[in-house]
Amino acid sequence: MAQASLSTYLLRRFVSLVPVWIGVSILAFVVANLAPGDPAQMILQRETGEPPSAEAVRQLRGELGLDAPPVVRYVRWVRQAITGDLGRSYRTGLPVTTTLIGAFPNTLRLTLTALLLGVIVALPLGVLAAVRRNTAFDQLSRILALVGTSVPSFLLGYLLILFFAVMLGVLPATGSDGWRYLVLPALTLALSEAGALTRLTRAGMLEVLREDYLVTARAKGVGTRSVLMRHALRNAVNPIVSLAGVRLGRLLGGAFIVETIFARPGIGKTVVDSIQDRDYPTIQGFIVVMGTLFVVINLAVDIFHHWLDPRIREQSAAAVPAARQ
Amino acid sequence: MGRFGRIDSLLRDRTALAGLVLVSLFVLVGFIAPVITGHDPNLIDAVRRLEGPSRAHPLGTDNLGRDMLSRLAYGARWSLGAVAIATALIMSIGVSVGTLAGFYGGLLDEGVMRVVDVLLAFPSLLLAIAIAGMLGTGMTSVIIALTIVWWASYARIVRGMVLSIRQRDFVTAAKSLGAGDLHIVVYHILPNIFAPVAILATVEMGELILAVAGLGFLGIGVQPPAPEWGTMVNDGRSYIMSAPQLMIYPGLAISLAVIGFNLLGDGLRDIFDPRGLSDRHWLNSHGQQ
Repeated sequence: MAQASLSTYLLRRFVSLVPVWIGVSILAFVVANLAPGDPAQMILQRETGEPPSAEAVRQLRGELGLDAPPVVRYVRWVRQAITGDLGRSYRTGLPVTTTLIGAFPNTLRLTLTALLLGVIVALPLGVLAAVRRNTAFDQLSRILALVGTSVPSFLLGYLLILFFAVMLGVLPATGSDGWRYLVLPALTLALSEAGALTRLTRAGMLEVLREDYLVTARAKGVGTRSVLMRHALRNAVNPIVSLAGVRLGRLLGGAFIVETIFARPGIGKTVVDSIQDRDYPTIQGFIVVMGTLFVVINLAVDIFHHWLDPRIREQSAAAVPAARQ
Repeated sequence: MGRFGRIDSLLRDRTALAGLVLVSLFVLVGFIAPVITGHDPNLIDAVRRLEGPSRAHPLGTDNLGRDMLSRLAYGARWSLGAVAIATALIMSIGVSVGTLAGFYGGLLDEGVMRVVDVLLAFPSLLLAIAIAGMLGTGMTSVIIALTIVWWASYARIVRGMVLSIRQRDFVTAAKSLGAGDLHIVVYHILPNIFAPVAILATVEMGELILAVAGLGFLGIGVQPPAPEWGTMVNDGRSYIMSAPQLMIYPGLAISLAVIGFNLLGDGLRDIFDPRGLSDRHWLNSHGQQ
């Protein structure tokens, strides 16, 4: 019974993703083709260093398939994209898929570490802030949230570099081999995450603490710690999973700035380079991959909720759309 | 609100007040930038490179001998100006589209909401970076990119509000009295969504400032020599060892401006949202990178 409803739910959610994905692919195509300038001309100019002849440009346009109407090019691109072929980079000549897959592990390592660090700080602090409302813990959570959401990561990143790499000399500033290179970039990303996560844990706990079953548990004489751990935290975890899932998608994309600061090869750096060179296939491929990934993460979060909380199963019968971002 | 009700609302008011003071200060600095120092923010002076604080240059000079304080003050014009224009565009588009979709429903609503779904399927900053990058550098690209990305969340929120207001008694009453659609929207619906939209805009302004600065920092936003704060941080990167203040000052300016908008937004939301659900927005915030 439960199995059947879960698979119906999964199917339903999956089908609802199709139009979104089509939209994502159209958007990726349009954004990449928005750019002024002719890629063929730019490639030739870059190769030879001088303005190419009209004949050479026409020939390359033909080879790249750029002379076809946009709709044809879109369909051609989507058909290939579905088989995992996102075309070749204008800049390096390598397949876009290979480039993205190559850059991905570095970015994933960074974002997962940052998210983990964020959760490690946010869970206890958020719980304490909720249980000891309006105390120092609560204030600390407020300040952390404010700083985390307001201080740009490039300021934070450079301050960390100044302190740990320049003044103390204990950690390397830039590069990417080994865990020591991971510490500062992960901390930079984690600090901004911890703020939002702490506030959400706090809000979740406050809501749960008001629930009848907790009041009952307390009235029955169950110890405070036990109430918190066994009942409250378990239920407060729900929104945190949402946020962590949502944030993971953002972090993956948003590692841009941190990767630039710390000169870490990764998706963000690859794409910023591609944007500067107007490398359409890479940008197009990147947007579509990120959109897909984001949609899938949202789906995973929904499924997790579904599995965690039977009440949501009823609600989701009405096909609740994925959580906002 | 319970026992701490009074203390709470007092604290909240103070939060909003602190935010308001910070925001007003930055807006003021932007307006009176020429009066503050009397220096041209782009005037290069090769003799006075990387000078420390002095009477003539209270925050010293940068790597090209330009006065830091003037650059920071004029920077408020760039950063806040870009954000103000973008917010005006985003609100106009988001509110119009959301109202139309919520009010008329049907196919229009379906179509609009699918577009919104797609736009919200991306991390905002990432999409803004891609669009701004493809449009080419400069202030106009930045504003267009932010508008394309950010209107969708307004449209979704406004649509939801319009859907619920449409069913309220006073709208039904107005209809039965023969009021036209335009009259209902202008006199009954828009006034009721004004406060929430204004609060949303305040909160999102902080994120927009970060987005403008992020684009500037990545070199795909406003270009040098414009004293936009993110661009200034990017310019100062090569001097991290010798003159870290070239990055730290504009970085702090960004932080303080964003803190101002966040405090103001949080304060307003707490005042207008007595149910205390204010922490929920952390789930939905665009966040930063």
